[in-house]
Amino acid sequence: MVDYLQKHISKIVIAPSFVAILVFVYGFIGWTIYISFTKSKLLPKYDLVGTIQYEKLFTTPRWDVALNNLFIFTALFVVIAIVIGLLLAIMLDQKIRAEGVLRTVFLYPMAISFIVTGTAWKWILNPENGIEAVVRSWGFDSFRFDWLINSEMAIYTVVIAAVWQASGFVMALFLAGLRSVDQEIIKAAMVDGISTPRIYSGIIIPSLAPIFLSAVIVLAHLSIKAFDLVIALTGGGPGYSTDLPATYMYTMAFSRGNVGQAASSAVVMLTIVVAVIVPYLYSEMRARHD
Amino acid sequence: MQNNQQKETEKMTDNHILSIKNLYKNYGSTEVLKDINIDIDEGEFLVLVGPSGCGKSTLLNCIAGLEEITSGTIEIAKLDMSSVPPKDRNIAMVFQSYALYPTMNVEKNITFGMKVRGESATAQKAALENVTEILQIGDLLKRKPAQLSGGQRQRVAMGRALVRNPKLFLFDEPLSNLDAKLRVEMRGEIKRLYQKLKTSIVYVTHDQTEAMNLATQLAVMKGGELQQLGPPQEIYDKPNSIFVAGFIGSPAMNFIEGELQIDGKAKFFKTQLNNEEILISIDHYQFESAVSHGQKLTLGIRPEYITGIKPDVDDKMLLSVELIPTLIETNGFDKHVDLKFGDGEIGGRFMPQEQISFNEAHLTHLNFSKISIFDRLSGWRV
Amino acid sequence: MTNLTMTNITVQYSGNKPKKLRFWHKAARYSLYILLILFALFYIMPLFVMVITSLKSLDEIHQGGLLNLPENITFEPWFVAWSSACAGVSCNGLKGFFFNSVLLVVPAVFIATLIGAINGYALMHWRFKGSEIIFALLLFGCFIPFQIVLLPMAILLGKMHLSGSITGLIMVHAIYGIPFTTMFFRNYYMTIPVELVKAAKIDGAGFFRIFFSIFLPLSPPIIVVTIIWEFTNIWNDFLFGISFSAAGTQPITVALNNIVNSTTGVKEYNVDMAAAIIAALPTLLVYIFAGKYFIRGLSAGSVKG
Repeated sequence: MVDYLQKHISKIVIAPSFVAILVFVYGFIGWTIYISFTKSKLLPKYDLVGTIQYEKLFTTPRWDVALNNLFIFTALFVVIAIVIGLLLAIMLDQKIRAEGVLRTVFLYPMAISFIVTGTAWKWILNPENGIEAVVRSWGFDSFRFDWLINSEMAIYTVVIAAVWQASGFVMALFLAGLRSVDQEIIKAAMVDGISTPRIYSGIIIPSLAPIFLSAVIVLAHLSIKAFDLVIALTGGGPGYSTDLPATYMYTMAFSRGNVGQAASSAVVMLTIVVAVIVPYLYSEMRARHD
Repeated sequence: MQNNQQKETEKMTDNHILSIKNLYKNYGSTEVLKDINIDIDEGEFLVLVGPSGCGKSTLLNCIAGLEEITSGTIEIAKLDMSSVPPKDRNIAMVFQSYALYPTMNVEKNITFGMKVRGESATAQKAALENVTEILQIGDLLKRKPAQLSGGQRQRVAMGRALVRNPKLFLFDEPLSNLDAKLRVEMRGEIKRLYQKLKTSIVYVTHDQTEAMNLATQLAVMKGGELQQLGPPQEIYDKPNSIFVAGFIGSPAMNFIEGELQIDGKAKFFKTQLNNEEILISIDHYQFESAVSHGQKLTLGIRPEYITGIKPDVDDKMLLSVELIPTLIETNGFDKHVDLKFGDGEIGGRFMPQEQISFNEAHLTHLNFSKISIFDRLSGWRV
Repeated sequence: MTNLTMTNITVQYSGNKPKKLRFWHKAARYSLYILLILFALFYIMPLFVMVITSLKSLDEIHQGGLLNLPENITFEPWFVAWSSACAGVSCNGLKGFFFNSVLLVVPAVFIATLIGAINGYALMHWRFKGSEIIFALLLFGCFIPFQIVLLPMAILLGKMHLSGSITGLIMVHAIYGIPFTTMFFRNYYMTIPVELVKAAKIDGAGFFRIFFSIFLPLSPPIIVVTIIWEFTNIWNDFLFGISFSAAGTQPITVALNNIVNSTTGVKEYNVDMAAAIIAALPTLLVYIFAGKYFIRGLSAGSVKG
């Protein structure tokens, strides 16, 4: 008996977590997928009715806006955060004085919750008292910066706040990458008389390819889950102009009592994540096995 | 019936500390160990040697019970170990990375096993003192592994093994993390310890010099198979395959390709040198299997039989030719010289005082009195 | 004397051409620093604005001057935010919610870290058939958008009579923290040589003995990283908080959002900002005092596998 326990102890120890993950991740995903094919409204119903929830979802203008916003937001957020993050990392890599302080300053937003970030930027970006008022007080009377209350532009304020929050993190990733580049290669290039910009563009940055990949993955993943930031910054408004799939899902689930719509939108979100993550994980795992 | 009885008595009287029979080990569909059979008497120093990936470490792990075997049996001190966990096999093991517990000091590292087994504090102390004295590590006891040098770590790792007082010691490449000088030093220390304690040891290494130096029984492995098992001198003198011949001995044995010529009762090894046919008399060679006229053979001759000074042997067994040196390495006590020989090269050992210059023909004597002959196709000794 | 001339000559000789280069080099250095400082100002600005706004009276705020330092510093907004600001219907400030968050974070972090440590150890050093697959399945749990589990979790919590309870939230956070903590520990234990386990097995130690005597004493760095990571995530969580809490059990992020968006009465921006800082303070302090571990956690949490 003791021998048996000792032999299988590892499995026994893992079992509870495994069961928990099976139920709370995979079981729940299964449940939500199932519900997305029913007519569930306020309460879940269990009769399958085909794809009507999805048909309804994709003919709802609000969902259309949410999905559109997601793509705009993700694209801008990922690209800008990476450009700024890489730029900051390269600048910090020039044997800068007070590098530690600057690093701390660039990265602290990552420790703050999106709710706090949203609250702060909501205050800074509000036209009455925020940036617009400040610039006008400097004498530029016609200056306008009312993106927060402009339904065309409000999604870009989300981008600003999100970039502020996450670009320091991208910097940290790149900086670690820069520091781990083989110094002998750089020395060899310097001996060959290659200029510093060329060393960066030709040797160092290409060698950071895996970091670009993980930065894209992390940021894209963050943007798909972005929920708190929108709630705190714009509340999804004006109107529903800054809705994201995440806020749409939440609204359907907890404000509108439309379980079917909530489930189907959650399934679409999962699908997007899986489409991004699974190939990445697969390639990571394979690279590790080689 | 009689045969059986004989076997019985053999089993009664033999003195095997380790007995491995028909051992197979698979990882999925790949066989990493194939039909291994090894019997070792008590007090022997068995070295498992072979190139990386030959299965020697896997075999050691199987003996330790750290890996399960696919089929066959392992007996330690005559007890079947199939379902015995490592801790109950009465073994101790020293690892390549020493595997000292990083957070425990030397003393605790050594006594951890005794503590786990619930032995008394006095027993622990006595054992510790004993080991400390043998290994001269008294002043290290309170240090953490990170504060020790490579050689000291090595010693502590041996202490941890010694304190068990096991039936069988297992060493997994224990010297390969040390620098060259320390390696030689520790090698001597291990051998001295062995001679003093008269314990049984199974030792894994990829370094054939280390293997030769340490072993009383040498097991040469390749591709998961046991190639040859025997005392090191026997393996050196009579390697039973081209692989073993090439692997054991440094500088390596020279191989000359040719074929067998039988002329009445006389046997010759026929080969080509610079478009000239050469017949080497091999009447003195004791063939171990049947050979036939025209059979393709490989002749192996060790470098110490290729010299500049004419050895005192029958001319029949001697080939004296002018050869061109392509590489000269001075050791101080001798010179190792590679010489152009037909299309290939052979290496010989020359006396330090001999004048040898690069690219200048030098009279060289090949002494064929002690050779090995292999079947070229199968690679086995004939 | 000769020495002096010598040096003079060398200075002149080598000084002519590189002088120009040195000028450009200096110009580049200065622009580099200016650019860095501008970026630093951009990153520090929101925090600066939050702090000064929280120290201003409402009157002063309405006069404008977002970036101006307060003329008369007042701590009143902080007191209001802490003990009397209205979040939804209750007007007792953040303090109750702050302690809700503490009550929630401590056990959830503890449970997830403990389970993660043992899981990581088992999956790395006591592999069995299928353990890699189990790890991959677990890892996927780090990536799912939690929206996919919100509905069934709400129903389950209801059935377990844990709706709106802190216990329920603890459970949710602990469960969805396990994939991360397991991954952290597994990857850390990957750097501990297998031979250590082999040696301990031969010494007669079993699964738990090896864990407690050998692995746990080696684990403080990863324990700190994991605790910080989990603490930050759970403290900053909003989605689970708003979905599964009720009026009295909300965590601080939800309460902050309610205070900021409460529509009753005059908009008290200074109180909002003070409340936001209070909500951010614990994680900010962790970041300032254990930044090294925080960053390690971030990169460990992102570069997975």
